Amino acid sequence: MNNNKTLNEIKSNRNEEKIVECDVALNANIDDKYKRKSVPNIPNISENSLLRHYTNLSRKNYALSTTMYPLGSCTMKHNPLVNEKIAKFDGFSSVHPYQDEETMQGSLEVMYELQKGLSEISGMDYFTFQPAAGAHGEYTGLLIIAKYFKSRNEKRTKIIVPDSAHGTNPASAALAGFEIISVKSDEHGIVSPENLKQVLNSDVAAMMMTVPNTLGVFEKNIKEITKLMHDNGSLMYYDGANLNAVMGILRPADIGFDVMHINLHKTFSTPHGGGGPGSGPVGVKAFLKEFLPSPFVVKEEGTFKFHFNDKEKSIGQMKAFYGNFPVILKACAYIKALGADGLTEASKQAVVNANYILSKLKDKVKIPAGNCCMHEFAMSLKGALGDGIRTLDVAKRLLDNGYYAPTIYFPLIVEEAMMIEPTETESKQTLDEFVETLINIFEESKTNPEAVHNAPVNTSVKRLNEVEAARHPILHW
Amino acid sequence: MNVPNNLFYAKTHEWARKEGNKVYVGITDHAQHEITDIVHVELPEVGKEFSKEQPCAVVESVKSAFDIYCPVSGKVVEVNEELLSAPELINQSPYEKGYFFVLEVANEEDFKSLLNDEDYKKIIEG
Repeated sequence: MNNNKTLNEIKSNRNEEKIVECDVALNANIDDKYKRKSVPNIPNISENSLLRHYTNLSRKNYALSTTMYPLGSCTMKHNPLVNEKIAKFDGFSSVHPYQDEETMQGSLEVMYELQKGLSEISGMDYFTFQPAAGAHGEYTGLLIIAKYFKSRNEKRTKIIVPDSAHGTNPASAALAGFEIISVKSDEHGIVSPENLKQVLNSDVAAMMMTVPNTLGVFEKNIKEITKLMHDNGSLMYYDGANLNAVMGILRPADIGFDVMHINLHKTFSTPHGGGGPGSGPVGVKAFLKEFLPSPFVVKEEGTFKFHFNDKEKSIGQMKAFYGNFPVILKACAYIKALGADGLTEASKQAVVNANYILSKLKDKVKIPAGNCCMHEFAMSLKGALGDGIRTLDVAKRLLDNGYYAPTIYFPLIVEEAMMIEPTETESKQTLDEFVETLINIFEESKTNPEAVHNAPVNTSVKRLNEVEAARHPILHW
Repeated sequence: MNVPNNLFYAKTHEWARKEGNKVYVGITDHAQHEITDIVHVELPEVGKEFSKEQPCAVVESVKSAFDIYCPVSGKVVEVNEELLSAPELINQSPYEKGYFFVLEVANEEDFKSLLNDEDYKKIIEG
């Protein structure tokens, strides 16, 4: 049975032309000219065909609920099921954004409480929940930085980004109208103040940093760096992608960051990707409050209210209303369930888990960060594999073994990179099994390179010709 | 790895070939091998001026996207438009059919800081 058809390719016996008349009296006065004359052009599928279609698709998934998902830099932690239940509560799911404030005090309180929680965790004074995900958050933060300098009549056109950064950093900066200066990492994989001084001048608006960085290394010069930048009149942007390593331990605002985003779908356990949507709240220090998008929630005399910034000063609306509310709700539930101690413990456990894997692999592969890491690490598989076998082949072979493949070929400064982030929610047994599988694949790449090169073979589709797919895509719909 | 002896090389893996006051620019055999199969190229506009080491083009493979840096300062007088429909030429013929663009050189001095084939070989073998 072929389960690979798209919805439009599935045929059904239903009568395509039949429109069921509405037998309920409608109290809507719709002008005839707006009424549909023909059936809509949507797939004509019976309920059981539709059910099979989606169930079969879901069975092809690699998901957190079926396998370990060691996707470096993405923090694929367990999404507690109770949060899904809370998000479905009628009182939350039936609220309409156009309702009066007094009729949705509960939802406003959730937003207020999350603002308070994120402020406590990050040290930032105010948050907007509008950004739809991390990169959107970066863009929002950079627009705030641009507006800040504009309000001061300062012409600053450049953003500094380390060479280990996520590609979204320079992309967001470019979209916000800045020119990008890349600063090289030193031999320990971190930014050195000396390298930074070479590119620093009065054109620099801000520097974007991920701490710990994408190699899983803590930027130990960070205080000197933020001081250099502030002395230069520039701001510091914190990319919250790796916040899962330092929750409750380090507050970005305390070490000199002025603006940051947080990925709720990473650090605060809300679902990623198709299970999303994402959410990338942006936090700022008090002096940047007036530039935030409107509205955000404030508490006045025991009542929760929307606060609107002056239209001229704010960067404007980044998304309809106040962001993806169910995600905000789930993140709030997670923070309240774990509490300050639980969040700190989660970060510590995430770091322990990553170091456990690192310690088991460090004699087999090159690890640029050295013998210890934060919540993730990047390794170079160069020299660890059989002739002609590359990191891509190892990733594909992991699929055969039932694992979601980790991030590969990132960060760009590591040759044949593979990046592992186990998160705090995996057990020692799971970590041991994963390491054993990985080491077996390294061995297999020498003893039976063909098997690794031809992987995957246990998946619903075999090795795809990614090059041909990118050069000459054929789309079905 | 093929490293012809008639070219100048940048540490960032671009090559430059002098022809009169013009210079052909592309990426090395080593670079195309590391980048793997190239699926998309972004070329600069003719007439655009670049200073040495400024990002001037982008190549994308199934692996990632990479900035290409201008080996010497100059003005773009011609781009290899064939690459737009056939980016695989960079993989197949990095030094001939896979050149990116032609520059009018602004400063001959720039060549002095580029590497010869022997020194470039040391970098990629080291």
